[in-house]
Amino acid sequence: MDLRAKLALLADAAKYDASCASSGTEKRDSRQGGLGSTEGMGICHAYAPDGRCISLLKVLLTNACVFDCAYCINRATSNVARARFTVAELVKLTLAFYRRNYIEGLFLSSGIIRSPDYTMEQLIRVARTLREEHGFLGYIHLKTIPEAAPELLAEAGRWADRLSINVELPQVASLKRLAPEKDLPAIGGAMQQLAGRIAEAKEARRTARRAAPPRFAPAGQSTQMIVGADDSDDRRILGKGAELYEKYGLRRVYYSGYSPIPEASSLLPPAPPPLLREHRLYQADWLLRFYGFGTEEILAGGEGGMLDLEIDPKLAWALKHRADFPVDLNSAPRELLLRVPGLGARNVERIVAARQEGRVRLADLARLRVPLRKVAPFLLAPDHRAAPGLLDSPRLRAMLTTPGGFGAQARPRQLSLFS
Amino acid sequence: MRRPEAPQPAGAAAAEAFSVALEGCADFAAWRLAARRLLAAGIPPESVEWRTPEDPPGLFGGRPPPEAEGPPLPVPRDFVEMAELAIRHADRERFALLYALLWDSQTRPGLLRTPTEPRMARLAGMARAVRRDAHKMHAFLRFREIGTPEGPRSVAWFEPEHHIVEAEAGFFVRRFAILRWSILTPRRCAHWDGAALAFTPGARRADAPAEDAAEDLWRTYFASIFNPARLKPDAMRAEMPKKYWKNLPEAAVIPELMQGAEGRVRVMLGQEFRAPRRRQKAEGD
Ligand code: SF4
Repeated sequence: MDLRAKLALLADAAKYDASCASSGTEKRDSRQGGLGSTEGMGICHAYAPDGRCISLLKVLLTNACVFDCAYCINRATSNVARARFTVAELVKLTLAFYRRNYIEGLFLSSGIIRSPDYTMEQLIRVARTLREEHGFLGYIHLKTIPEAAPELLAEAGRWADRLSINVELPQVASLKRLAPEKDLPAIGGAMQQLAGRIAEAKEARRTARRAAPPRFAPAGQSTQMIVGADDSDDRRILGKGAELYEKYGLRRVYYSGYSPIPEASSLLPPAPPPLLREHRLYQADWLLRFYGFGTEEILAGGEGGMLDLEIDPKLAWALKHRADFPVDLNSAPRELLLRVPGLGARNVERIVAARQEGRVRLADLARLRVPLRKVAPFLLAPDHRAAPGLLDSPRLRAMLTTPGGFGAQARPRQLSLFS
Repeated sequence: MRRPEAPQPAGAAAAEAFSVALEGCADFAAWRLAARRLLAAGIPPESVEWRTPEDPPGLFGGRPPPEAEGPPLPVPRDFVEMAELAIRHADRERFALLYALLWDSQTRPGLLRTPTEPRMARLAGMARAVRRDAHKMHAFLRFREIGTPEGPRSVAWFEPEHHIVEAEAGFFVRRFAILRWSILTPRRCAHWDGAALAFTPGARRADAPAEDAAEDLWRTYFASIFNPARLKPDAMRAEMPKKYWKNLPEAAVIPELMQGAEGRVRVMLGQEFRAPRRRQKAEGD
């Protein structure tokens, strides 16, 4: 098979992994030698017609796999053609793309061949060759095989910026049914190991006297959960996410709506991917991490353990907590402003700054490009008082639901919220 | 600096016309120096004309401001950061807007810290546009490699909206210090020879190479990483507006990807389940 055909097959097989981030690693640049730089902010070098960011060369080393995960196009019993890159081919492709400014780096994953250790070794070889032989300073994300030996995980973190292990399904029962060879305790154990080493390296960097203490995955670890392949509700998914953030200090949990694949297993729903649900989960995740919400608070905005699909989770929460509003634009503490639907964290900071210089009016918010229609019912300002009864009106929800809002709101959040 | 309690004698500096001729289109240091001189001399914004090499010869013909500088201006750091960005904006009024803000802040100390004030909001919008332009340049600029007698050279053609080439050349030096490259744009070009940066006047698209051998592989990658079951062209266009497409090698395949998407998904959703094949053996090398 020629390189182009391999690339087509092994990129196609990698596209179900939602991760695309290339941010949050240490700063590096090539003025003292080497090729490449990382400056904190990730860069999306292109967008595919699915609206997703293309930041890294995201491919599998091979799509052959001894496991048989039902949701995966590469599972052992699928009829797809198989291919495998050589280390030299992957290195050459990564460098050729990088030099032309197509990508920020490499995201390398793989089906499991022979054994977890063997597979992990192959992934590491690619990263090591890039770093050691070619002085590559761009971003490297390696998928980690949880069952691989601890020494291999340790070496992976030396070369990679980010490591990830996908939990894929939020409950053991689903994992048993759909990915029988995957072992949740092993996944947890490996995440724990990575978390320990990441924290250690971070501490060493903080206290280092000499230059360059040993590095370990400076951009941390992330994971992915598939949404809609099993019957897990949003409570279970968000709960699992919150648990992972807390236990292992993950940088990011990705939610990936189960997408139909060619050669699908009959265990799975032949349905379009639940994009809107995925989007709401990202919004909820954001509220958890940056807006001071708790999981149960967010879920209280919906019904029966599911988020409200029609409106965003902050608005859903506010509509069920109307007694907490309106809040005064000029006297409310930051934490309360963060709970106002339509006010983002950045604008809350700007409002707090502007308050130092005088009263802030609703008209001022328009200049900060705040959606006035959305915030108005929940705010009190010198030039604004919501119509009496509006906040308690059963019609408020309908009024705030943008006409044709489905399409506009279904934009995947991971693009703009790039960690 | 002259305090507002000491107003200018009417009819002196105020009535006279001044003209500041800046040598670069995005030269923050030169603007700041001129602004300090103008402020020290008590010259109000409406008496100043700001000119760059891009402007046609002035009608106004004022004289340059007096050279006495006055003390450094204490301004908030955020304002300086925004001003440095806004100076690169293509808007002809950028220098005047900044000077007017500085002038008014003498009598209204909180002004430069008030993001909701209309002119401050306009300034923030300009800074945002410049930042976005820079970000898109980092993202969408594509090098093509050519052979030269001195070895390979990477050449890119890019069309920024604002005057950002000088400011952003550093990004490409930090990333590609090991290469020799040229970035050609309509207004300004940057060249890196492995040791030093040089700038030259604008170029034409035809001055850049027309193709590169790696582009075919890149298009293959772009087409394969796209998931037709998630087609969302509006989200793509919001982040990668069509105006950039003509200089993006991968954009050529977008129309066919979109056309083919629906059919591919229908096949996936309606497919008969084929009998799974036998488990493959663990593969060797
Ligand atoms: S381990 Fe499972 S999810 Fe990973 S490639 Fe193999 S079949 Fe797919």
